[in-house]
Amino acid sequence: MKRELFAFLRYSAKRAITLIIVVILAVYATVIIANMGGYVDEIIKIQTRDSINQSVFQNPAYQHLSTEDKKKLADELYEKEIEALGLNKPFIYRSVGYLFSALSLELGKAMYLTSDSGSKAVRAIIVERLPTTILLFTTINLMLFFLSLVGGLFLSRKYGSKLDKAVVSLSPLSAIPGWFYGIFLILIFASWLRLLPYGGLVDVPPPQNPFDYALSVLKHMVLPVSSWLLAYSFIQTYTKRTFFLMFSSEDYVEMAKAKGVPPRLIERRYILKPTLPPIITEFALTLIGSWMGAIVTERVFNWPGIGTLFYQAASFMDSPVIIGEVTIYAYLLAITVFILDIVYAIVDPRIRIGATGT
Amino acid sequence: MSVRRLKENFKQLLAYKSAVAGLCILGFIIGLSIYAVITIPYEEAVRAWRLGEDISINNPRNAAPSWINLFLQKNLPETIIIDTLKRESGARKAVVFPETGNVGALRIELPFEFNYDDFPSELNLFLTANYSEIMPYITIDWVKPNGETIRLKEMVVKSSDRYYISIDDELTKRLRTYLSEKVGFEVPYEIPPQMALFAVEDESVLKPETVQVLKGKYKMVIVGTLFERQSNVDCRLVVYGKVFGLAGTDHLRRDLMVALLWGAPIAVSFGVLASISISFLQMIIAAVSAWYGRWADMLLQKATEFNMILPFLPILMMIAILYRLSIWVLLVVVIVLSIFGSGVKTYRAMFLQVKELPYIEAAQAYGAGNVRIIFRYMIPKVLPTIIPSLVLSVSGFVFLEAALAILGLGDPVAPTWGKIINDAYTKGALYQGYFYWVLEPSFLLVLTSLGFALLGFALDKIFNPKLSEM
Repeated sequence: MKRELFAFLRYSAKRAITLIIVVILAVYATVIIANMGGYVDEIIKIQTRDSINQSVFQNPAYQHLSTEDKKKLADELYEKEIEALGLNKPFIYRSVGYLFSALSLELGKAMYLTSDSGSKAVRAIIVERLPTTILLFTTINLMLFFLSLVGGLFLSRKYGSKLDKAVVSLSPLSAIPGWFYGIFLILIFASWLRLLPYGGLVDVPPPQNPFDYALSVLKHMVLPVSSWLLAYSFIQTYTKRTFFLMFSSEDYVEMAKAKGVPPRLIERRYILKPTLPPIITEFALTLIGSWMGAIVTERVFNWPGIGTLFYQAASFMDSPVIIGEVTIYAYLLAITVFILDIVYAIVDPRIRIGATGT
Repeated sequence: MSVRRLKENFKQLLAYKSAVAGLCILGFIIGLSIYAVITIPYEEAVRAWRLGEDISINNPRNAAPSWINLFLQKNLPETIIIDTLKRESGARKAVVFPETGNVGALRIELPFEFNYDDFPSELNLFLTANYSEIMPYITIDWVKPNGETIRLKEMVVKSSDRYYISIDDELTKRLRTYLSEKVGFEVPYEIPPQMALFAVEDESVLKPETVQVLKGKYKMVIVGTLFERQSNVDCRLVVYGKVFGLAGTDHLRRDLMVALLWGAPIAVSFGVLASISISFLQMIIAAVSAWYGRWADMLLQKATEFNMILPFLPILMMIAILYRLSIWVLLVVVIVLSIFGSGVKTYRAMFLQVKELPYIEAAQAYGAGNVRIIFRYMIPKVLPTIIPSLVLSVSGFVFLEAALAILGLGDPVAPTWGKIINDAYTKGALYQGYFYWVLEPSFLLVLTSLGFALLGFALDKIFNPKLSEM
């Protein structure tokens, strides 16, 4: 017992350390890319230089100075400003600083973007956008998950029926991504039939009454949600059904059938029990992944979420916002992976004792 | 895989209706690609797309495709061009100089027939003049089928001049007064020249939605004075239609056909190249890690984990925005970001099984090296099983290109389907009802991905028969 606990702890620690290293590497890679390997700094330097030159040469207080002196003054101010910004040190040195402040979630201030409440703090901006993305994509993923789970189970029971064949033949629909269906749904339901809004989160101006507000948000969610359901429900139902079918032809299931175990019980005990862990893992990872926002879907539906924020940040080259978003995402994903690993280790003794299966 | 087996597989494939449909679709798309590459050189396509209005000035703006007339109750106008430099367009020009003196008279008639049920979208007159010092002076008149003559403008002609009739505010005001006097009631809205000049002059003009087109023979008459003996004036009247070609035009008057055609080879090659190279690189990595095991395997596992934490699209977007990459460099970035994707794990599991097979042991016994075993024995064994997923993944990459274009990150110069959709989207095609603008590229995108999907699913049934039984 003691030995087992020790093995479990050792396993957990090993996983934790690996994941921490992976997160550090991922965030560092983002820091490097988001700063274009130091190029963004050069842009800031040029901008600072310009604004200082302007303020010195156009300031009436310095009119008595000669051009030479003005230049000297501008240079001095520039040096001071660069030092204040920390730009006088080489980029590699500073990138490590960026890395540590990102990892300690001190996300700093955005360069250009502001939150709707006017704050420039990266954290405030992200926290403001996160709920809308979580709302939309958690709804979508939960619906997809339960729909495909129930549908897959149902079809595996009715294997070979007309409905089953229909779902199988409709699964190539998923070759087309959700956002693309979105464009068509907008075309049909917004432009043509004028039943639903083109996009956005709520009506403009937003309703005052909280109930009306919720209703309006719901109305705006109909099209994005249906576009994803259209794109992914068939393929997910299909894969789950196949997965269940594979397990329902295992020997122990045949055995249970032969013994006369009721079908419901077989389903619960012999099919769902071994298949649910990988299904739930996949769901957890998709869910966390979706919080990064589906950038294209959010753009198509003009959904003011984290994906749109990333798009704006990337277009403005607002490195702090980009780094902040990726860092939060990396943390969330790493924590999820870690929890799943631990849960697996508790459930599955093979992992706990460190045996490697193929 | 021998040629005979390949043939056999192909025969098997033809037994599936979906595969035949998929092959037909792909044949069409590939035919389109070949046609595009042969008929429009790449440089020309890029030029047509980038310069936009400079070279497509004779095309109407936001015109629907011509075949739309087949589905409509009314006949939308095509573009009519009457050019004095092209005799066959019906233009007539006369220049008369007296025996002595330098002042000559110019008369140009630009007649055309207008029998459509809707108004033109715009009217422009392009003029060129030859002179050394004194510019020619002209007056422009508009003659309607009912004989009414309307003075449009009096102007001097520079060497390269244009008169945008549709946006002439002064003319708009005059035409409103003119029509109000004709009808006897004040016209209660600003009627644009391209409507006023073609309108039936009765009470129907009082409401914008009831204005009717006066069909018949129209004529633009330009009378001018030339002040030098070598002086000359040529002009081109463009009556822009509301339909254009097989594909229509966009907000910059560009013929969408160029991008629709050239989108095909770009989309197909992007998708196929990405999918093939990613599959093969993933397979090689998986085979190496399965064969060598130990630290190589460990390193690979960590790399896939690293790849999972690094969000794919955001990183790709960042690189694309910051470095303004062409689509082919972007393709390389996509490949690099994907080689440690989830596929590696699946392949690795396959290779771990293959590794234990007796023939590998036999190969080792006769002294085959590691590289030989990996490339000659392990990879060929797994190859057939991955072909279906390879074909299936092509659609994903075709749409990835479109997705990048929607985010404004497509190739800066090349015309692609995704870029048309992006243009349409940003210019509010869905709000304004220019559905063709979105539907045409979308249709081709769907067709392409459907072709690969149908083929892929059928291949899956052939190569992985065990799974398809279910």
